[in-house]
Amino acid sequence: MTALRQIAFYGKGGIGKSTTSQNTLAALVELDQRILIVGCDPKADSTRLILNAKAQDTVLHMAAEMGSVEDLEVEDVLRTGYKGIRCVESGGPEPGVGCAGRGVITAINFLEENGAYDDVDYVSYDVLGDVVCGGFAMPIRENKAQEIYIVMSGEMMALYAANNISKGILKYATSGSVRLGGLICNERQTDREIDLSEALAAKLGTKLIHFVPRDNVVQRAELRRMTVLQYAPDSQQADEYRALATKIHENSGKGVIPTPISMDELEEMLLEFGLMQSEEDRLKAIAEAEAKVAA
Amino acid sequence: MALDTTDDTRDLARLIEDVLEAYPTKARKNRAKHLGVSQPVLDDDAEPDPAAHARAPGIGSACDGVKSNTRSLPGVMTVRGCAFAGSKGVVWGPVKDMVHISHGPVGCGHYTWGQRRNYAVGTTGVDSFVAMQITTDFQEKDIVFGGDKKLSATIDEIRTLFPLANGITIQSECPVGLIGDDIEGVARKKVTEHGITMVPVRCEGFRGVSQSLGHHIANDTIRDWVLEPNAAKHEAAEVGPYAVSVIGDYNIGGDAWASRKLLEEIGLEVVGNWSGDATLAEIERAPRGKLNLIHCYRSMNYICRHMEETYGVPWMEYNFFGPSQIAASLRAIAARFDATIQENAERVIARYQPMVDSILAKYRPRLEGKSVMLYVGGLRPRHVITAYEDLGMVIAGTGYEFAHGDDYKRTGHYVPQGTLIYDDATGFELEKFIEQVRPDLVGSGIKEKYPVQKMGIPFRQMHSWDYSGPYHGYDGFAVFARDMDLAVNSPVWALFDAPWQPAAEPATA
Repeated sequence: MTALRQIAFYGKGGIGKSTTSQNTLAALVELDQRILIVGCDPKADSTRLILNAKAQDTVLHMAAEMGSVEDLEVEDVLRTGYKGIRCVESGGPEPGVGCAGRGVITAINFLEENGAYDDVDYVSYDVLGDVVCGGFAMPIRENKAQEIYIVMSGEMMALYAANNISKGILKYATSGSVRLGGLICNERQTDREIDLSEALAAKLGTKLIHFVPRDNVVQRAELRRMTVLQYAPDSQQADEYRALATKIHENSGKGVIPTPISMDELEEMLLEFGLMQSEEDRLKAIAEAEAKVAA
Repeated sequence: MALDTTDDTRDLARLIEDVLEAYPTKARKNRAKHLGVSQPVLDDDAEPDPAAHARAPGIGSACDGVKSNTRSLPGVMTVRGCAFAGSKGVVWGPVKDMVHISHGPVGCGHYTWGQRRNYAVGTTGVDSFVAMQITTDFQEKDIVFGGDKKLSATIDEIRTLFPLANGITIQSECPVGLIGDDIEGVARKKVTEHGITMVPVRCEGFRGVSQSLGHHIANDTIRDWVLEPNAAKHEAAEVGPYAVSVIGDYNIGGDAWASRKLLEEIGLEVVGNWSGDATLAEIERAPRGKLNLIHCYRSMNYICRHMEETYGVPWMEYNFFGPSQIAASLRAIAARFDATIQENAERVIARYQPMVDSILAKYRPRLEGKSVMLYVGGLRPRHVITAYEDLGMVIAGTGYEFAHGDDYKRTGHYVPQGTLIYDDATGFELEKFIEQVRPDLVGSGIKEKYPVQKMGIPFRQMHSWDYSGPYHGYDGFAVFARDMDLAVNSPVWALFDAPWQPAAEPATA
């Protein structure tokens, strides 16, 4: 058995982390890898496409029902989905109450201590939108995930989030073994999206590991609670995910310590790509518009 | 055993410098601001304390040169508490007919259980809950999913188990603030459901620099959750012309009872004592009193100022430690009322004088000239000084754990110029000061007791009265004098040197 490889997917909320990660992992199975997906999101929707259903028994809900996490067995929460991929969801409180971050910490500790990571080649963490507190940084901390893959797009806020997540990785990279595996661009069809993604990757000291083109087949598969690999295995899009899976598999040990940039540098980069107006241009445009109204 | 110490200010200044020498530069700079020697009075604008003013020769010194109420340094041993201690332990905990929930994990409530000797009369579990420890006992799932549901269920259980409890307070422990539980929402709902007073207190331990903020937060909840919602109750309360409330007497070892007795003897009607042995009703009717008498200024001045502004109830400080201050305070209190009360006060003072004389005749010769160092909370470092002076003892140094600037201003009423003053003293500083000054007695807390005794110096706990008390009032003074004599003149100190070793000189500086 090869050493356990742990990876994590981060990225701005709504960017397509769960979709991308599940499709990629479904493709990774074809490379004869045994996989465990750990969903770290109170919404518990990180394993829906693999299980073809929303996971009902999350670690935290089961633990709450039974009294405490110590009363829980791994079998109670572990589910097997598409091609033997094992899935578990941390779960957590409804929005606005309690501490979801603490929930992630509790769930991951429980899984580790109770042997959920035995007999798998890959553990993949799917973490909710932003790293808002220490709990959601759990997969980055304490030598858990070796490589972090940031799912992003050419939209400004996605780039901003990618840079922020890199800051989080940098913080823990110096004290542990976590590295940035690379950026995965999930196409949004914004202007010069590949160029921009590659430019950001260069700034962060990493690479754009794959550009996933937009294809409606993803949406169609998702509506059927399936990955593209399961719904349309022969499609062009399934091959894209296969390519990404292969790249991630071959990227083992090639992660880097990221070099996040300042907000100013990020904005400068967007100016260069003509996506943002400079302050002077903006004032000029306003003046022109006003002159037009006056005339 | 004690060294001949000099009260020369320069020697004390040098002592402070020597002690500071041990710190790294930044810490030294910080701590230097908290240590000092009381200075000559330069101006006359110190806030008036009627009782102290009545005492000759007036203000003794300026002690407000030291900095206070700031964050303790990481790495030092501080004996300060936290906001939870200030609210649950001090202000709310002694209210006997309410159940106080330690809301959060079990430890905060459990390890503070019964730590303060605030006595209360009643039947435990029926109409008095002071001796009980009630907690929501947070588990991991309560942190993750929020604790409001559990709090709600706890309150319902309390209503079933203790139907005679007149109210419930919710004392927040740290995690409640971190996970953002809506305890006010739960409290409002439960007030409607159960029709009794609920008091949610946001006294999470991480707030503020000491227990002092907990006092303030607790005072604010008295205003917001007891006085304001119950305006009809206090408006309906029938009180006579001599109604007073005693504020900030926690009935340690029965202090409040020894104090109330005197106030009643001079003809006043004590309609409430906050919060030792108190009932919720005593708090509710306070706005109808004619005068608020504050003993512990530090922990309860906030609510007195509020009652003055909102209900027009004036307040004054008084001091019932030692016969000089008792007499001065009784006169100052009586001066706020009519001639009858004033005559009563003189009669009461005269009646107790023989008792005072016999206490002094017995103990003063045994304690005359002995020096004392104090390190207590927020009031006693100044208030008990005159009780020692009545016994002929001398204050060598005093300091507070959690006082503010106004406390140090008031300290000048009590200490002579050239007294060592220390704020939020670290374990190291206190040990060094005691070692060098070598007083005949140290009055401080349980954490200081055994190190000091091992240094061969008599010690009395001045938070808990060392399981004795009361110390307030004339009755309390008799106990106080006996206890100090027991400590200072115990034969054990003659046995301090090992018999097989030649009598050694005490360690010198």
